[in-house]
Amino acid sequence: MTHKEPLLRIAKRDSIPRPKAYAIRVIAVLLSLLVSGAFIFSVTKLDPIQVYKAMFDGALGTSRRSWSTIRDVMTLLCIGVGLAPAFKMRFWNIGAEGQILIGGIITAGLMRSLGPSIPAPALLVLMAAVSLIGGCVWGVIPAVFKARWGTNETLFTLMMNYVAIQLTSYCVALWENPAGSNSVGVINQQTKWGWFPKLFGKEYSLNVILVLTLTIGMFVYLKYSKHGYEISVVGDSENTARYAGISVRRVTIRTMAISGAICGLAGYIAVAGVGHTISTTTAGGRGFTAIIVAWLAQFNSFVMILISFLLVFLQKGAVQIASQFNLNDYASNIITGIILFFILGSEFFINYRLIHQPGKEGKA
Amino acid sequence: MSSQLIQLFQSAVVFGTVIMFGAIGEILTEKSGNLNLGVPGIMYLGGIAGLAASFFYELNNPAPNPVICLILSFTAAFLAAALGGLLYSFLTITLRTNQNVTGLTLTIFGGGIANFFGGGLNIMAGGVGQISVASTSAVYCAFVPGLSGMGVFGQLFFHYGFMVYLAIIIAIAVRFFLVRTRRGLNLRAVGENPATADAAGINVTLYKYLATCIGAGISGLGGLYYTMDYIKGTWANDGTIEALGWLAVALVIFATWRPVNAMWGSYLFGLLSWAYLYIPGLGRRTMELFKMLPYLVTIAVLIFISLRKKRENQPPASLGLPYFREER
Amino acid sequence: MEQYAIQMKGVTKRFGAVTANDHVNLEIKRGEILSLLGENGSGKTTLMNMLAGIYFPDEGEIFVNGQPVTIASPKDAFTCGIGMIHQHFKLVDVFTAAENIILGLDNKNRLDLKAASRKITEICQKYGFHIDPDKKIYDMSVSEKQTVEIVKVLYRGADILILDEPTAVLTPQETDRLFNVMRNMKADGKSLIIITHKLHEVMDVSDRVAVLRKGQYIGDVATKDTTPQKLTDMMVGRAVTLNIDRPAPENPKPRLEVQGLTVFDELGVKRLDHVSFTAMGGEILGIAGIAGSGQKELLEAIAGLQPLQPGASVKFTPPGNQPVELVGKTPLQIKRAGVSLAFVPEDRLGMGLVGTMGMTGNMLLRSYRKGKSFFTDRKSPKNLAEDVKERLEVVTPSVTFPVRRLSGGNVQKVLVGREIAQEPAVLMTAYAVRGLDINTSYTIYNLLTEQKMMGVAVIYVGEDLDVLLELCDRILVLCGGQVSGIVDGRTATKEEVGLLMTRFNKEGGAAS
Repeated sequence: MTHKEPLLRIAKRDSIPRPKAYAIRVIAVLLSLLVSGAFIFSVTKLDPIQVYKAMFDGALGTSRRSWSTIRDVMTLLCIGVGLAPAFKMRFWNIGAEGQILIGGIITAGLMRSLGPSIPAPALLVLMAAVSLIGGCVWGVIPAVFKARWGTNETLFTLMMNYVAIQLTSYCVALWENPAGSNSVGVINQQTKWGWFPKLFGKEYSLNVILVLTLTIGMFVYLKYSKHGYEISVVGDSENTARYAGISVRRVTIRTMAISGAICGLAGYIAVAGVGHTISTTTAGGRGFTAIIVAWLAQFNSFVMILISFLLVFLQKGAVQIASQFNLNDYASNIITGIILFFILGSEFFINYRLIHQPGKEGKA
Repeated sequence: MSSQLIQLFQSAVVFGTVIMFGAIGEILTEKSGNLNLGVPGIMYLGGIAGLAASFFYELNNPAPNPVICLILSFTAAFLAAALGGLLYSFLTITLRTNQNVTGLTLTIFGGGIANFFGGGLNIMAGGVGQISVASTSAVYCAFVPGLSGMGVFGQLFFHYGFMVYLAIIIAIAVRFFLVRTRRGLNLRAVGENPATADAAGINVTLYKYLATCIGAGISGLGGLYYTMDYIKGTWANDGTIEALGWLAVALVIFATWRPVNAMWGSYLFGLLSWAYLYIPGLGRRTMELFKMLPYLVTIAVLIFISLRKKRENQPPASLGLPYFREER
Repeated sequence: MEQYAIQMKGVTKRFGAVTANDHVNLEIKRGEILSLLGENGSGKTTLMNMLAGIYFPDEGEIFVNGQPVTIASPKDAFTCGIGMIHQHFKLVDVFTAAENIILGLDNKNRLDLKAASRKITEICQKYGFHIDPDKKIYDMSVSEKQTVEIVKVLYRGADILILDEPTAVLTPQETDRLFNVMRNMKADGKSLIIITHKLHEVMDVSDRVAVLRKGQYIGDVATKDTTPQKLTDMMVGRAVTLNIDRPAPENPKPRLEVQGLTVFDELGVKRLDHVSFTAMGGEILGIAGIAGSGQKELLEAIAGLQPLQPGASVKFTPPGNQPVELVGKTPLQIKRAGVSLAFVPEDRLGMGLVGTMGMTGNMLLRSYRKGKSFFTDRKSPKNLAEDVKERLEVVTPSVTFPVRRLSGGNVQKVLVGREIAQEPAVLMTAYAVRGLDINTSYTIYNLLTEQKMMGVAVIYVGEDLDVLLELCDRILVLCGGQVSGIVDGRTATKEEVGLLMTRFNKEGGAAS
């Protein structure tokens, strides 16, 4: 028969002061940078400080690099903003990749086919509208099945990604240019039909305006609107929602329509505002990364700006060190992974506390 | 039987074997209630570790011993993948992070590690496609001696490396474990209802850890098989492993969490994935549409099981949920 | 040989700020049936969970057969020969009885279900019950599941069995059968602890009674030396003349006419069987019955949350207006039809409130649709929250503090406060005082009476007959989903109601 008492026990914290919670997160990020530094040093024997400096240089070193960082932050943020309502409702939409691609395909298709036949602003608006609808449809399909029959949405949306990827492959084959390249090439390279125009002399102003508007809009929508309130109630307890006369089905479908639509719009931005082409890597895993963005920010769209920036910064920095020190840029995925693991793990120390029980205090 | 059909059958088996490893490992993991979306990352880890181990061994030994090649690469792949599972377990079980988010992060991380070092190996070897692990790859690619020469029959059933048969053996072993042993019963209980398992004196944490780590190890073998046999011992940063990893996750659903279903399901997926090559008159475009089939079929299965609501076909009841004994 | 099978000394368990058990001492002898008696929330289950290895005590010592032991997990509990049958069964639904019973035993790795079935049959014969080892749990009745739980514990060779409110879900016949099995086990030298708050069962089955009140150990007595009255005094700390104020109803008018409600649950089990009654404005209608007799389904059916069988009708007559039919309407449609229906459900945080939101957010649950704006109006719910907080003395750091983190009593005050603020015409409450202290309970009784005097039709589903008999004007008794009688709260006796609660049974319908 055992006589030992467990040395460490875990208990839920009642609450934790906000500064302390943030301190824990900051410590986690610092620790993760240390570990990443150790990793970089161990494989390259390079001075990690130099490497971080190079990363900073890569992300924000020149105005051009800064803008490219901002551009990518906006795309990632847009997807995160799109995912936020779904996740707040506890609907695991991991199908953003697919929703982005659908938006992207539609945009690319319209860019190619309509080109000069309608005025540029009208084309931009049309592409936005149709990609919104496309993403919306892609998001609503799993939502309908979830709402009616409880079909597992995590797995359903995941599969929808691959259907979308194959659709994209199909379109790439259809629109191949030049023949045999297995890519669409830059669409309307000469004419720039359907490209985002320069605003205020900057190439990506429209991206920033669009996404920041969405970010603010989503914050207000979730926090102050009746819809947002319903989303919170459904996410907390479906029974309470039913009790209050909220139709869980309707809210589920409506919210996924919005979520899918915004992800579709992210595809529009990625094609018309960034890449001006379409390929199976147009989404490039950002649909998954954005889940992490939304989750870590606890669906607060302003916090998402910060996290998106952190992730894109890392990625840009890693590309820089890759070229500067002759590594390959997958290092960014490793560093991203390490940092995310640490941030994820740190939540534990915010929600729980460890109780240390030395000796036999039970006798007292 | 036409040689085309034989070829199709063979491609289907080879393709199927990669995802069968992934799916069998994931079934074991999911039976413990852990939905590990890090399968692609884990398969990456297995692939690169096996490749790297044999690469360095062959680099340093002018006359590599095939047995050592095999043991080194196999162990490295299994261990690296199991370590990925351990990381996932530590985060989700001990630190109670969200399973989906952690799994996705693991996929990013594993892909990063594999492609980073894979790229490194390519550079060391002098360019993409220059990696040579000929001795190791030969072990993996060796057909069943004698039997593979037996005409069409041999072509169909013995024209493969040993990993094809290992996958089948593992699938049957996992089935036997789950259905016929007490520990298998305990594991299923953990995935269905951890509070009940806990009350019955089962060490829920230990079972979850072990199932996830061993499951990850098995999934990792899929990555190993892919690098060693499927692409004959090279490395390509083309994201194929990731796509195969997600297909393995799909296969778990398709198989309704049963290893034996996963076995024939994997070959069916292989068939669906290659059939386009052998259907006359298919243009390249239509081929791409054809490749959707495995996913569409999985969606159909997913919808079907949610409609039928047959208790035995449902995912493990606690799949994706954390367990904390004193939770109030 | 040591006389005591178990001794607990100075055992204390805290959950956050709440002390569930405060230095409790408890002993059980070999070959004895001990009743652990106490009101809801008195800490009985928590105390037993520490013996079963579910919780770990913050302080105190446990001795088994005179030896000090540490029970850190259910496995340790088995090693000590302790087995607990939980109120919520710990069974895997998709497994068979045999699979559940042998779960967690790892003497052999080979899964031999045949041998297990043989041993199960042996145990069943020895103590006098019956189960089919190959039947899946999801196909079983509640009583069958309980049997599986008991066999599971015996299969493990437990000498000390803890049963947590085993009779709450049983018919009287099933209860009798269970008690016989318990007596057989006692005769076999086993020690049994039965958690209950039903006095007649305590008197019927146990040798000794230990009483807990608010987490503290009050004392123990031999059953033969005590009476239900004395036990009640120990349990509640004073004689139960509740002195609930019950003014006579003023001008009661039919408010809610319920006709022929029949409800099947998802598994196709009939939960309500042609229930008909009329609730009057200006009176409190009590609803009594053993747990799971259809109380939950009845209230949810009226609120539009249960699918009904055809032929049902719920007519609501607002003061001085034409009746409105509620059947076929969703909760939202009921609200839109101008029916002010307040409902305090049993599962407060899972159904009535949003746990992650503060009081303000929860006030909003009933009112957020007001106005044509796309946005919610936050000002009036905030005022309402402040008002409820002050009037009902809700203890919370602020009106934005998540209600999930409040104590049970405060959670209930938030819920009742919000529902009453709707100025309802009908107020339905399910187990409104469960888990609350005496003071808060009286606050709730007074609020309900106040509503009644304002002409509201109050429906009070309760479990404590003493309260029902002192609070309600009429009492409807449910038994197995049917109305077994409606009695006058002022003249009915406890025995009368108790009889009605068990009037129907599975074998023969109406027994009287």
